[in-house]
Amino acid sequence: MTNFSYTVLIPLIPLFVFLFVGLLGHKMKPIVSGLIGTCGLLIAAILSYFTAYQYFFNTEKIDGTYQKILAFNTIWLQFTEKLHVDLGVLIDPISVMMLIVVTTVSLMVHIYSIGYMKGEKGFARFYAFLSLFSFSMLGLVLATNIFQMYIFWELVGVSSFLLIGYYYEKPSAVSASKKAFIVTRFADLGFLIGILILSFNTGTFDFISLTNVNGAAILTGAGASFLGLSVMTWSLIFVFMGGAGKSAMFPLHIWLPDAMEGPTPVSALIHAATMVVAGVYLVARLFPVYAISAPDGLLVVAYVGSFSSLFAAVIACTQYDIKRVLAFSTMSQIGYMMVGLGVSKYGGEAGLGYMASMFHLFTHAMFKALLFLGAGAIIHAVHSNSMKDMGGLRKYLPITHITFLIACLTIAGVPFLSAFFSKDEILTAAFHHNMPIFIVQMFVAGLTAFYMFRLYFRIFWNKDTHYHHTPHEAPITMTFPLIFLAIASIFSGYIPFSQFVSSDGVPFHSELEWTVAIPSILVGLIGIGIAFVLYKKESASSQKIAISLKSFYVAIYNKFYFDEIYIFVTKKIIFNYISRPVAWFDRHIVDGFMNSIAWVTNAVSFRIKGFQSGQVQQYAFVFVSSAILLGIFFIYLYSI
Amino acid sequence: MLGNQIIFIVFSAMIVIFSILTVTSRRILRAAVFLLFVLIATSALYFMLNYQFLAAVQLTLYAGGIVVLIIFSVLLTSHIDEKFESPALLKKVYGAIAAIFGSILVITTLLNHPFVASTDVPKDVNMDLIGKSLISWGEQGYALPFELISILLLAAMIAAIVVAKKIKTK
Amino acid sequence: MNTGIPIEYFLVTATLMFFAGVYGFVTRKNLITMLMSVELMLNAVNINFLVFNRYLFPGQLEGHFFSLFVIAVAAAEAAVAIALIINIYRNFQSIDVEKTDEMKF
Repeated sequence: MTNFSYTVLIPLIPLFVFLFVGLLGHKMKPIVSGLIGTCGLLIAAILSYFTAYQYFFNTEKIDGTYQKILAFNTIWLQFTEKLHVDLGVLIDPISVMMLIVVTTVSLMVHIYSIGYMKGEKGFARFYAFLSLFSFSMLGLVLATNIFQMYIFWELVGVSSFLLIGYYYEKPSAVSASKKAFIVTRFADLGFLIGILILSFNTGTFDFISLTNVNGAAILTGAGASFLGLSVMTWSLIFVFMGGAGKSAMFPLHIWLPDAMEGPTPVSALIHAATMVVAGVYLVARLFPVYAISAPDGLLVVAYVGSFSSLFAAVIACTQYDIKRVLAFSTMSQIGYMMVGLGVSKYGGEAGLGYMASMFHLFTHAMFKALLFLGAGAIIHAVHSNSMKDMGGLRKYLPITHITFLIACLTIAGVPFLSAFFSKDEILTAAFHHNMPIFIVQMFVAGLTAFYMFRLYFRIFWNKDTHYHHTPHEAPITMTFPLIFLAIASIFSGYIPFSQFVSSDGVPFHSELEWTVAIPSILVGLIGIGIAFVLYKKESASSQKIAISLKSFYVAIYNKFYFDEIYIFVTKKIIFNYISRPVAWFDRHIVDGFMNSIAWVTNAVSFRIKGFQSGQVQQYAFVFVSSAILLGIFFIYLYSI
Repeated sequence: MLGNQIIFIVFSAMIVIFSILTVTSRRILRAAVFLLFVLIATSALYFMLNYQFLAAVQLTLYAGGIVVLIIFSVLLTSHIDEKFESPALLKKVYGAIAAIFGSILVITTLLNHPFVASTDVPKDVNMDLIGKSLISWGEQGYALPFELISILLLAAMIAAIVVAKKIKTK
Repeated sequence: MNTGIPIEYFLVTATLMFFAGVYGFVTRKNLITMLMSVELMLNAVNINFLVFNRYLFPGQLEGHFFSLFVIAVAAAEAAVAIALIINIYRNFQSIDVEKTDEMKF
């Protein structure tokens, strides 16, 4: 058996970097803190690749199954003999895959930020937060038990909050960071409830015993029922609520578009490639439990994912802020992953959806990070987020143009690029298990191609905009990650993923199913074609379509007024009828009680402070007379 | 016997009267001189109790040392002919209450208390005995307190110098 | 007893002396006179020690040595106290105890 105990270093190195840069960052030159952060991540990435190699190629499979290896474990909080919260490192196919994803994208973002964030105030702070995020995300990925995962889940949320609010002098960034934190925190409440119900029923936090198919944990709890669903199903739906919050699934998606107020590399790292897929990872982590004891919960996952992907894709078609388009695209793609999980069954060929979902997570991380970093390069050149200010940029930004095009082709599902394989496997799984969802996802595939190419044409072709100063290509630190990720986007589809990741750990063989692939290619090409016609050259036809759909278009443009609904519910209803009375109670009764205690103490001490007069003779008099009184008391009164 | 009693009454009357004068006199130098009389009278009582060595110590150390020190400091800090204003009435009342009630309590208690003498053979306290006791240990040996008191005196001497030294201000 | 004087006489004398000291300590404003009052009290205690030693336990030496050490301590105390008084005089231009009241509320 290979010894994996060194893997504990993978999260710890970013933690040390965080502490080091965070505490001493203001004393070093900005570039030094950037290099320290990048080097730390580079080491973590090398260790991760080494782990993947060791795990997939040098570790013996038992009965042809990849084993879950407990590389490191320590009891952190001991409540009772049986109930304890551990901290540790769990190595299994999906955690190793996530290690690769997180460290690769994070490393690219670290390199990219050296160029992108140059000259920003708080450069060291930025790198400290990036390292904190990397630490928390790696800890989340490697969690051995659901409670450890929850801890790191919150840490990830905090670092996301800090990074979205990086430009804390901008009110919009501050409110966006608060929104992201509060919405995900609200979802995490569901997660916590789910954890408590789940562990109460199964008696364990531990992932290995929780997901053991033949173990007691899965078989218990299925009996008791509440409102028609078993307790297990309820707990898993609650857990999924946490995942939906983190992954911006409908209806908890409202924070993701606003989160784009953060620096673009942060959006690439956190809000495209890693943190937002934590929800997918969570469901995948508990997949055996979902599949065997709560198939209804899995159905919820599938429908929520499917609806979110459609919903986000429709909105993405109307947005002008390029980062928001990408944000909705992310939401839509995560919806795909959820669908993949939702339509999957446990074990063997039927677990295709699970594999496809993980596969898509992997490829999506690469091309979506690429898209965001490319968008960052464009914003860096144009100093604007709105595609109305862009056009004809292909002449000025050749490298960005090519890499962005590759990413757009990838996401559109053009054959032989990575997402073609992963997306089609999701579609195949849906085709076999749930026809309505398959049709929706097929439509979404077309929409995806359309809005991505709308974005592409509006930025790089269309009208020749006049710029105040000529846009110039980004420095090498920014273009290198673009090129690297473009190569990854092209070729990561050729990884035989089903050989490594499967729902039950047994490798299987999957082939492209052309009956699904050909329609999806056609749909993608149609989407590209429409975008080509409408946006290749500056034309009025797109405006006409928008005007003909008038009210519907406005509704979409305003994201179906979801923000307004939330504000109405929170401000008008919750504030007025719950928060105000509670605040009144707190201010007048709780505080009043405390204040009166303080007041009484104050008044009494004001009265008696005269005793402490500083007059020695007064003290002497009190001392002597007390001694006399005590003498009287003990000699004549007490001794009887 | 009678002569003894007369001497005692004279000295104890001196002690009481001069004590009261010490604490009531409004001229500070007079108060110091009255204190000197009290201390001398006390040493006379020591002679009567047959503690000649201690009486001598009392005379030299108290009367000769401490009182002189006090007079020095009086001269350093006050005018010789300065007359204090009489203390506030309230203070006097407080002091009198404390003193009178305290004396009544103590005197009634000790007058009601039967003192029982031990039947030991009385010791003649001469210089030889005192000197040997001070450097011996064990039963009736006081070497340890003797050493301690010498350290205390040294510490007090250093402390007095340090406290009274003028602080150089730059 | 060799002196022919009852023990209570001595004790009453010492008591009066002691409470004269107490009165002085409470009423006097001048720090040096307060120091004198303290000396009075110490003397009263010394007399008590010696009287008890002589009358009640003539075979022992504790009272005698105790008062010997009390005298030594009194000397040390007087030296330090006067140093303090001089320092106070420097800082306050006065040795009035009612004016040295900075350590209050």
